[in-house]
Amino acid sequence: MRSQSTACIFAVNQLQVNMRRDIFQAIADPTRRSILGLLALGAMTPNAVAEHFDSARQTISKHIQILTECEVLIQKKTGREIYYHFNPEKMKEIDIWLERFRKLWEDRFDQLDNLLNDL
Amino acid sequence: MTNNLVFETDLAAKTIHIVREFNAPIEKVWKAWTDPDLLEKWIAPKPWTAVTKIWNFTVGGKWLYAMVGTEGQKHWVYAEFTAIENGSAISTTGMFCDGDGNPVTGGPKSYRDTKFSTIDGNRTKVDSVITFDEEATIKMFVEGGFKEGTAMSLNNLDELLAAE
Repeated sequence: MRSQSTACIFAVNQLQVNMRRDIFQAIADPTRRSILGLLALGAMTPNAVAEHFDSARQTISKHIQILTECEVLIQKKTGREIYYHFNPEKMKEIDIWLERFRKLWEDRFDQLDNLLNDL
Repeated sequence: MTNNLVFETDLAAKTIHIVREFNAPIEKVWKAWTDPDLLEKWIAPKPWTAVTKIWNFTVGGKWLYAMVGTEGQKHWVYAEFTAIENGSAISTTGMFCDGDGNPVTGGPKSYRDTKFSTIDGNRTKVDSVITFDEEATIKMFVEGGFKEGTAMSLNNLDELLAAE
């Protein structure tokens, strides 16, 4: 039922997990999602990315930094320019997590079906 | 008969929408969700079992139960009832617990709103929306699923439970 929290489940040690950035943080912001969409099409320099947005270059730069920390973008130096590459492997974490969460609910509901039959 | 499971996520909005139909009248389904003895029989996917420690089904009341693994490991699940419409809706706030099942104040929270409705005369639809209050909550699912605990394999049901 309801409960759920998700939460408690991880108990204490989970709270001590360091708050490294992750993929969920990467996609939490609409501008970052747009940047990911852009870079999924091909690697670009930060300047080239910034040209696609009205926001200040610094703002875009900050978003790129966060995405890099989340490891969904990878920096590669080509000559004097730094190019940012999209890292699709990282995005898979989302699917994997969600699939397991979905499976949990499926299993639970199947058990509830059985219980309801017996009530 | 299909039970039409819906599982939709909106990660940007930090919500998960879960809908399921049951071939039983709403009174029975409601009972299965609000009677701790019945809840224990379905809430923990096998081989885990659920043991209720606190059950106070009133607004402001708490539900604390442990999911117990085959080796005795416990994952506490804590929820506070924030709204109850008898026979039709329940809202709860979920919080993290410490190893003894005490909720950690100031930690990330999740909110769930569940509605029960009659369909096809004698069947029931249950519609739940879970909202996470900050990315940290979802993050912990991920940490829990990928990095914490013991002997994790991605296919391990234990983890799946941890992701709950």
